[in-house]
Amino acid sequence: MATNTEGVEQQSTQYLTFVLRDEGFAIEIGKVREVLDVTTLTKIPRMPNYLSGVINLRGSVVPVMDLGQKLGMGVISHTKNTCIMIVELEVDGAMVEMGVLTDSVQMVLDLQADEIEAVPRMGTNLNTEFIKGMGRQGEDKFLIILDIDRVLASEGEAALRGELEVAAMEKGEAAAASASQA
Amino acid sequence: MSESEYGEVFREEATELLEELENALLELEKAPSDLKIVGRVFRAMHTIKGSGAMFGFDDIAKFTHHVETVLDKVRDGVVPVTKGLIDLTLASRDHIVSLLDAATGGTPADLARGEEIIAALQVLLAGATGGAPPAAKAAAPAVASAPPEEKTQGQLTHYRIHVKPSAAFFTEGAEVEQLFAELRKLGDCTVFLHEPEAKEAGEYGLWEALLTTDKGINAVKDVFVFAESSCLVKVVPLATMGDEEFSEHKRLGEILVERGEIAPAALKEILEKQKPLGELLVDANLVARSKVESALAEQEMLKRQKMAAQKAKAADSIRVGADKLDRLINLVGELVVTQARLTQVSAQLGAAELVEPAEQIERLTAEMRDCVLGIRMLPIGTTFARFKRLVRDLSTELGKDVVMNTDGAETELDKNVIDQLGDPLVHLIRNSIDHGIELPDDRAAAGKPRRGTIHLSAIHAGANVLITVSDDGRGLDREKIREKAVAKGLLKADAEVEDAEIFNTIFAPGLSTASTVTSVSGRGVGMDVVKSTVEGLKGSVSVHSSEKGKGTTITISLPLTLAIIDGLLVQVEDTHFVLPLSQVLECVELTRDDIARFHERRVLPVRDQLVPYVRLRDFFDIPGERPDLEQLVIVQINDERFGVVLDDVIGEHQTVLKSLGWVYRNAIGVSGSTILGNGEVALILDMPNVLKHARLEEQGVLRETVH
Repeated sequence: MATNTEGVEQQSTQYLTFVLRDEGFAIEIGKVREVLDVTTLTKIPRMPNYLSGVINLRGSVVPVMDLGQKLGMGVISHTKNTCIMIVELEVDGAMVEMGVLTDSVQMVLDLQADEIEAVPRMGTNLNTEFIKGMGRQGEDKFLIILDIDRVLASEGEAALRGELEVAAMEKGEAAAASASQA
Repeated sequence: MSESEYGEVFREEATELLEELENALLELEKAPSDLKIVGRVFRAMHTIKGSGAMFGFDDIAKFTHHVETVLDKVRDGVVPVTKGLIDLTLASRDHIVSLLDAATGGTPADLARGEEIIAALQVLLAGATGGAPPAAKAAAPAVASAPPEEKTQGQLTHYRIHVKPSAAFFTEGAEVEQLFAELRKLGDCTVFLHEPEAKEAGEYGLWEALLTTDKGINAVKDVFVFAESSCLVKVVPLATMGDEEFSEHKRLGEILVERGEIAPAALKEILEKQKPLGELLVDANLVARSKVESALAEQEMLKRQKMAAQKAKAADSIRVGADKLDRLINLVGELVVTQARLTQVSAQLGAAELVEPAEQIERLTAEMRDCVLGIRMLPIGTTFARFKRLVRDLSTELGKDVVMNTDGAETELDKNVIDQLGDPLVHLIRNSIDHGIELPDDRAAAGKPRRGTIHLSAIHAGANVLITVSDDGRGLDREKIREKAVAKGLLKADAEVEDAEIFNTIFAPGLSTASTVTSVSGRGVGMDVVKSTVEGLKGSVSVHSSEKGKGTTITISLPLTLAIIDGLLVQVEDTHFVLPLSQVLECVELTRDDIARFHERRVLPVRDQLVPYVRLRDFFDIPGERPDLEQLVIVQINDERFGVVLDDVIGEHQTVLKSLGWVYRNAIGVSGSTILGNGEVALILDMPNVLKHARLEEQGVLRETVH
C-alpha cells in the first residue's frame, strides 16, 4: 500500500483506513474516537442482524453495528484483527457514540482533494448515499470513503420506521387483543 | 460570565419569582386582606423589575413597572384587592412569561396584550385613587386600619445621600441637622460630615447620610424639597432587600472606587501593602479619615442586613445545575458497579484482609447511593402549585365552581419523574373539571354542595409513590363507556366484565365519553397519553373507583427513582437479564413433567391459579437446548399475573440503569441495560412490553392457522 505523506499542506484530509471483507474502506479520522479490540458483545434480541449488540465501554453502554452486514457484504468474522471503531455522531442535537465492527483497522492516510474521485453512479453494489468518494491509492487501487454519518443516521431512521410499524401493528391489533382479554 | 449566561441567570431567577408570584396571588385571592401576602406579591414583582433592568431585559422592566405601581397602591391600601385585580395581575404574570420567552430566543411576545393589561391596570388605578377612595377603604378595611409598623416588614432599601449646602443655605437660616432629623424619621440613618478642604472659598463641607428605609426614593427626596434651591442634594439608592447587591456586601475598596474617592490603580497599589485598607488610605493622605469611616459604616450596614436576611431564610440551599447532578449520579452508578465487582473478587480470593475493607466499601457505597439519589428528590408539591392555577382558570372558563385541595405535597420523587409527570396530571385534572364536576346548579339539584372539589394527593407506598386525583363529580358513566368500548371493539358486547375493567378502557386510544368536544377535552386524546407517559416512567395508572353521582378516583403508581432499581438477575444460556424486583411475585420450578402434563400449553397451576407463561428463550430466539429444570418467575403487571420461563435465577441485583441508546429505542421486551460486576452488559426486561408482544404474536399465530 503506497503512503502519501508528502504535500500534506493544501486541502488534504486525514482518513482512517480499514478492511471489510478484503476491501479497503476509509472514514474521516475526526469522526473516530478510538479503536478497540473486540470485547464481549451483548446481543439485543429481536433486532436486525447487523446490530451486533452493545458493549461496556468504561461504564457506558455503547451500541455496536456490523458494518459488513449493514452494507450487505456479509458477516464480519471475529479474528484477532477484528476491531471496533468508536465513532461519534450527532443525533437529535446530542453527541452519541456508536461502535462499528470491522475486519481490521489499517492506518491513518492523508488524501488530497484531487486524489478523491466522485462516486460512480453504479457498479459499486453499495448504496451510493453512503459513499463520499473513491480515494485513489497508486495506479489501480481505490479506497471507498464512507459517509459514516449517513450510514449510522440511516439507522436512526430505521429505528423510527420500526416505531411507526409497531404503533401501526398495535393499533390494528389492539382491538383483537382487548377482545381476547375480556 | 458572558451575556447569555447572565440571561440564563435572570431567566432562572425570574422563573422562580414568577412561580412565587402566582402562588402568592392565588393565596391572596383566598385572603384578600392579608398584608403579608400583598407584600410577597409586591416583592416578587419588584425583584423581577429590578433584575430585569439590571440584566438588560428592558421590555420586562418597563412592563413590570406599571404593574408594580398598582401593587404599590394596593400595599398602601388605596387600591382594594378584588378578583379583577388578581385576574389582571395573573395576566401580567403570564405576559411577563411570554416576554421572558421572547427575550431568551422564544416566540415574540404579543405586545398589544401588554398594552391592554397596562391600560386595564390604569383604569383600575384611576378608579381607586380618583373615583371612590372611600369605597376602596370600605372594601379592604384591614388594609386601611393596618398599623404603619406592618409596612416596615416590606421593602428595605439603602440610600446614600450627599448634601452639599451653598452659602445661601445658611443665610436662609436653615440647619443641616433639621434635614437629618427628618431623615431619621424615615428609618435607620447614619450621618457623616466631610470637612471642606478650603473653607475660605465658601465651601461648607459635605454631609453624607446612609439611610435604611422601607419608603420609596420619592419620600426620601421629599425631605430635601425645601433645601433643593440652596443645596446640592444627591440621593442614590444602594441596594434593595432581595436584590443581588443587597445580599452581597461590598468590599471597602469597591465602595470607595464606586464613589470616585480613589482611582482603582491607586487602590491596588495600596492593597498590595497588606495593612488595613482604611488605615493605609488615611496614612497616605488619599482619603480623609471621615470618608473612610463613613464607607466602613456603609459596609457594616450592608453586612448586618445580609446576615439578618440570611437568618430569615428557613433553610440554607445552593442551586446546582441538573446536569452536574446527573453526572454525580452516573459516577455513583459506576461506583456501585465497581463495588459489586470488588465484593465478588474478595469473595473469590477469600483473603481475610480484603473482606473487611470490601464490606466497609459496600456499606459506604450504599449510603452514598441513597444520599446522592436523595439529592435529586424533590417534593411533588412544586407541581401541585401549578395545578391550582389550572383549576382556577379552567373552572372560570367553564362556569364551574371548583376548589382543589392537596395533601402529601412534601412527598419526594425523582426530579426526572416529576418533570414528566406534569402533563399526565394536567390531563387528569382537566378531565375531572370538564367531565367530572357538574355545573353549580346541577350540583345543587343533585343535593351536593355547589362547589366541586378536586383532591390531589401523594403518598409513599413501599418503593412506589401513589398519586391520586379524585373529584366529587358525576362519576364515570359505566354503560356509556361500555357502549363506546364495544363500538371500538375493545370489549365484547355480551362479555361479563367487572367495573374496573370497563373503566380502565378509558385509557385506550380514541375513547372519550364527553358527548361534546370542548376546548378542554373530549377529543379522545389525553387518557391514552396519560397511560403511555406513566408507563414510560415504569409506573401504572388505573381508575381506582368511580361511582355514579359520587365521583371518580384515579390512581397513578410510580417508582421512586429511575436511576437505580432493585432487580432480580436471571440467565438464559449465557445471556443475563434483570427483572425489576418490584414486579416479581415469586419463583417456582418448571419441570419437564409439568410441561408434559399440560401438553406444551404454556400454563402452570400455582396454588389454585392457572398462570400463563412466556418462555424467554423462545420469545427472544435464543439458540440452545432448554434444560430439564427451568425456572418460572411470576410477575404482576396491572393486576395481571403471568410467568416468564428462564434457565436460572441468580439473585437480587442493585441495578444501575443505562440507556441502550437511540439505535435500540424500539427494542422489543428490553427497556435498558446495566453493567454487571464482571463488566458484562445485562439487559433489563420490560415486562409489560413482553406481555403485550407475546399476546399480539399469539393472536397473529392463531389468526394464521384459522385462515
